Parts: sequence; C-alpha cells; structure tokens
Amino acid sequence: MEAIFFIILSIIIIFSSMMVILKKNPIASVLFLILALFSTAAMYVMLMAPFIAAIQIIVYAGAIMVLFLFVIMLLNLKKINEGGAVTLKILGVIVAGLMMVVTAVVLRSVAIPADSGFLRSSPEGFGTVENVGMTLFTTYLLPFEIASFLLLAAIIGAVVLAKKKL
Amino acid sequence: MIISLNHYLVLSAFLFCIGVAGVLTRKNAIIIFASIELMLNAVNLSFIAFARHWGDAGGQIFVFFSLVVAAAEVAVGLAIIVVLFRHKETINIDDVNLMRW
Repeated sequence: MEAIFFIILSIIIIFSSMMVILKKNPIASVLFLILALFSTAAMYVMLMAPFIAAIQIIVYAGAIMVLFLFVIMLLNLKKINEGGAVTLKILGVIVAGLMMVVTAVVLRSVAIPADSGFLRSSPEGFGTVENVGMTLFTTYLLPFEIASFLLLAAIIGAVVLAKKKL
Repeated sequence: MIISLNHYLVLSAFLFCIGVAGVLTRKNAIIIFASIELMLNAVNLSFIAFARHWGDAGGQIFVFFSLVVAAAEVAVGLAIIVVLFRHKETINIDDVNLMRW
C-alpha cells in the first residue's frame, strides 16, 4: 500500500517538476510548482511528519507561491526571449545529468542498510506538533531565536529594496 | 516492494537535478527562482526521510529552519527582481550584467 502511494506521488512530483522548468509561461510553471510542493507535503505525511507537512502547505504552497504569483502579475511581463545559444542549454542539461550520475554513485557506495524498510520504528507520537515543538524549544532554542532575527532582517531588506528611491 | 530510505534519496536526488537543469537552462529570473525552490524542496525531502529512518526529530527541525530561510530568501529575492524590473524593464538574465565588469 505504501509502495503504491509512493509511486503515484513520485510520478506526480517528477512530472510537475519537469513542467516547472519546461513551461514557457511563468504563471503555469509556478502553478506546477505548487502542485509539486503539495505532493511533497503528502509524502511528508507518509514519512510521519504531519506538522512539517502542514507547515509546507501553509508557508510554501500558500504564502511563498502567492508572493511569486503576485510579483509575476505585478510585473506585467512581455514574452522573454528564451532563445539564444542552444549549446549552452544542452550543456546545462548535461551538467545536471552528470550531477545525477555522481549522486547515484555516491548513494551506491555509502550503502545505507535500508533494504528492508526503515531502520527504526518511529517512537510514539513521532512528528506531531507536541514532539517537534518539544525538540524545537529545548535543543534548538538558540537557532529558533536566530531564525526570528533572520526573518526580521528579510522584512527590513524587502521593505528597503521596494522603496521608490533606492 | 518495501519502500525504504534509498527510494526517497533517489527521488530527492532526481528532483535536485531537475532544479539544477532549470537554473542552468532558463532565462527568466522568476523561473530560476522557482527552480531554486525545487532544489530546496528536494533537500527537505531527504531530511524528512532521514528523520524517519533514524527515528530522530532533529531532521524535521532542520526542515523547519530551511523553510524559514526559504521564506526570507524569496522575500528579498523577489524584491530585488521588482527593483531590477523598474530599472531595466526586463527580467531576462541575459540582459542583466550590471555587476559583471
């Protein structure tokens, strides 16, 4: 059962990710990106991370993608000439393919003992809000505070950049 | 067929390479941004898979932080794109070489 869900979801994710980089129209490609992020959230639920899945849908597929669509509509783009050197594009695809090969070689050589499912059965309540929150506010409290500073800096930066006179 | 960590890692590597191909081949700055989001998403997937594999919630915390960083990055990056469009009337990265020389 898990295998069927995994295969269906990974087909959806791979298809929509391909569409993100193949579609000419930026709005269509951002919509496909939303689809990819949604199906990744479904995969997180399969991996017993329901809290992160909810965050993924709310923050990523909700807020960030709305920001993308907002900017695209705001800019009122003319058609971008995607032409130019074809050899460069072929080179780009070849580099990405080589990267896939390198990753596959590394994955084979490290030989993670995972042929019979996951190593540990996850403990009771793994990945729930309670469990994740407990870890976040004890072990990772300092990074959490620093992350809030990062967000503050990003807000100020975005506001300053968007002013009329830079 | 039992789904194990390796399946998720292969899927994640494949998604990452799709993102790399998008960054290297496209000219539209917004689609390049979307490809970067794809790469971040692929890495998040492998983090979650590792967290499930070792039964450790730390991986999920890291995904949380990477979401925070992605949100900050998108806010600043899209602001830069808007400013760029105001100055140059284009977001084709071939026409943008302000900082090349």
